[in-house]
Amino acid sequence: MALLEVNGLGIKFGGLRAVDDLTMKINKGQLYGLIGPNGAGKTTVFNMLTGVYAPTNGGFTLDGEALAGRSPIEINRKGIARTFQNIRLFSGMTVLDNVKVGLHNSKKYNVFEGIFRLPRYFREEAEMDERAEELLKVFGLEGEKETMARNLPYGRQRKLEIARALATDPKLLLLDEPAAGMNPNETAELMKTIRYVRDEFDMTILLIEHDMKLVGGICEELTVLNFGQVLAQGKTSEVLNDPEVIKAYLGE
Amino acid sequence: MKKIINKKNIIAAAVAVGVYILITVLCSAGLLSRHYQSLLVPIGINVILAVSLNLTVGFLGELTLGHAGFMSVGAYAGCLFTLYSDLPTVIELPLAIIIGGAVAAVFGVIIGIPALRLKGDYLAIVTLAFGEIIRSVITNLDALGGAGGLKGIDKSSGFTSVYILLLITVLVSVTLVDSRHGRAITAIRDNVIAAESIGINVVFYKLLAFVSAAFFAGAAGVLYGHNLGILKPNTFDFNKSIEILVIVVLGGMGSIKGSIISAVIITLLPEVLRGLDDYRMLIYSIVLIAIMIVNNSSKLKAAKEKFIEKIRSGNTPAKEDA
Ligand SMILES: Nc1ncnc2c1ncn2[C@@H]1O[C@H](COP(=O)(O)OP(=O)(O)O)[C@@H](O)[C@H]1O
Ligand SMILES: [Mg+2]
Repeated sequence: MALLEVNGLGIKFGGLRAVDDLTMKINKGQLYGLIGPNGAGKTTVFNMLTGVYAPTNGGFTLDGEALAGRSPIEINRKGIARTFQNIRLFSGMTVLDNVKVGLHNSKKYNVFEGIFRLPRYFREEAEMDERAEELLKVFGLEGEKETMARNLPYGRQRKLEIARALATDPKLLLLDEPAAGMNPNETAELMKTIRYVRDEFDMTILLIEHDMKLVGGICEELTVLNFGQVLAQGKTSEVLNDPEVIKAYLGE
Repeated sequence: MKKIINKKNIIAAAVAVGVYILITVLCSAGLLSRHYQSLLVPIGINVILAVSLNLTVGFLGELTLGHAGFMSVGAYAGCLFTLYSDLPTVIELPLAIIIGGAVAAVFGVIIGIPALRLKGDYLAIVTLAFGEIIRSVITNLDALGGAGGLKGIDKSSGFTSVYILLLITVLVSVTLVDSRHGRAITAIRDNVIAAESIGINVVFYKLLAFVSAAFFAGAAGVLYGHNLGILKPNTFDFNKSIEILVIVVLGGMGSIKGSIISAVIITLLPEVLRGLDDYRMLIYSIVLIAIMIVNNSSKLKAAKEKFIEKIRSGNTPAKEDA
C-alpha cells in the first residue's frame, strides 16, 4: 500500500475547476514532484491535502486512513506537514521558537505545570530545545537561533519553514516551491538538503516546483498538472521527455 | 538548561521586594503626600488590568474593548461574596479575589467561544457590547445597588494586597508567555494558517489567552471594590476599557515591562499635571503622542531587537551569511 493515495481529487471554485480528477500514489520514502505551469492547481492540491480546502470530489488516504475534508489541525496530527509558497513564518518569534512551536504537540506538560514551573516543564523544555537545535543544524541555522524570524534572509526563511514542518514529525512532507526566490547556488544547496532530509529522516516528500530542470535532478516520479488536469504522470525521465509536457511548458 | 534560580530572576525578585519596601518606607516616613498615597492602589490596579489585557491584545493579537466589563463582573461577584459571608478577612479577601476572577473567567468563556471562532474583528464588537450591556444590567438591578452603587463593602484591601495580586499577575503572565502554551498563543498572532498547519489548536489557545485576561481583570475589580468600599456601575464604562487599551498600546504590544511602566505613567500623569489647570489635557495629549512616536519608531525598534538578540546569543560575534 502506498503512503499517500489520491483518488479522483477535485475542487471547484464557483465555475472554475481548479483541480479535476487527480489520482496519484506516493510510496514511503519517495521524493515525488508535482509540477506544472503557474495557475495549474498545484498549491490548491496542497491546500486540499492539508485541510485548508475541503475537496468537492474524490478523496485521499494516508497510510490507509481517509483524511479528505478533515481540519488542518487533525491532518497535521495524522502526519502531513507543509511549507507555503508565500512564506508563513511566525515573524515576531525567534528562529528557535518557530521550531519549538512545531514541537508543541510532541510535549505533554499542561498550562498549570507551565505557569508554576513544575519539573515536567523543565524536562520537556530542555528536550524541545535539544530537538529544535538538531533540526536547525540540518539547515545550518543553529547560529541564528535567537534571531527574529523576520530578520532572516529570504532563503533562510524558507529553510526555517521546512525545519518547523519537520518538527511536527510528519510521515509526509509537502514543500511548495521551496526554491522560489533563491539563486542557483542556494537552490543547488537546498536540493541537497532536501535529499538529505529524505534519507536521514526516512521522509516521504511531495515537492511542488515551477522549474522543470530542478525537479529532474531530485524527484523519482512526477505528476504534471495543466489547467487543473493531469497532463502526464510517471518516471521523471519519461515525463520530462513527453511531447505534451514540453508543449505545455513552451506554450506558457 | 533553564533554571528557576538565575541572575535574571534574582534581580527581578530583588526589584519586586525593593519597590515594595521603598514605597512602604516612604509612606510611613511621611515623605509621600496623602494625595500620592491615595494613588498607589489605582496605579496597582491599572498595572494588573494592563498586563492582563496585553495577553489578549499584545500576545494573542485580538482586539478587545470590554476589559472594564470583566473587571466589573468580577468586582460585583467578589464584593457580594464578602457582603454576605463573615469569614475572617485573611481568608475572605483571597477567596473573594478567586471568586471574582472565576466569575469573570466564566463570562470570558461564554463570550469567547462564539466570538473567537469567527475570523475578523468580531471580538472587538462583541466585547464592546458586553461591557455596555453589563453596565446597564447592573445599573438596573436593585440587588446590586443599581445606579447608586453597591455600598458597605469592607475596606479590607490596600496597597499590600494590590501589590501581591500585581506580582502574581505579572509572574503568571511571564511564565505563561514563556511556555509551549504561550508560544502557541504568539504563533496564532503571527500567522493563524501556519499555526493550524502545525497542529496548534487555535480556538483553545485563543480562549486561554482571553480567559486568563478576564480572570485577572475580575480579580483586580475585587480589590478595587474592597479599597473604595463602594462599587458604581459607571466606573466600568467604555472609557475605562479604552484607558487600559491606551496603556497597553503605549507600553508596546506584547511587552509586559512596557505595560507596567506605561500604567504607572498614564495613571500618574493627570495628577502630576494637575497644577497646570487649563493646559493639563493639552500636555497630557502631547505626552501620549510623544510616547507613541518614540515607541513605534521602526529604527528604535530594530535597534532594540538587535540589542536583545546580541545579549541572548551570548556575545558571540555575528556570523557572516554563507
Ligand atoms: N480560494 C480560491 N478561490 C478561487 N480561486 C482560487 C482559489 N485558490 C486558487 N484558485 C484558483 O485556482 C487556480 C489554481 O491556483 P494554484 O493552485 O494557486 O496554482 P499553482 O499551480 O500556481 O499553485 C488558479 O486559477 C487560482 O486563481
Ligand atoms: Mg502555487
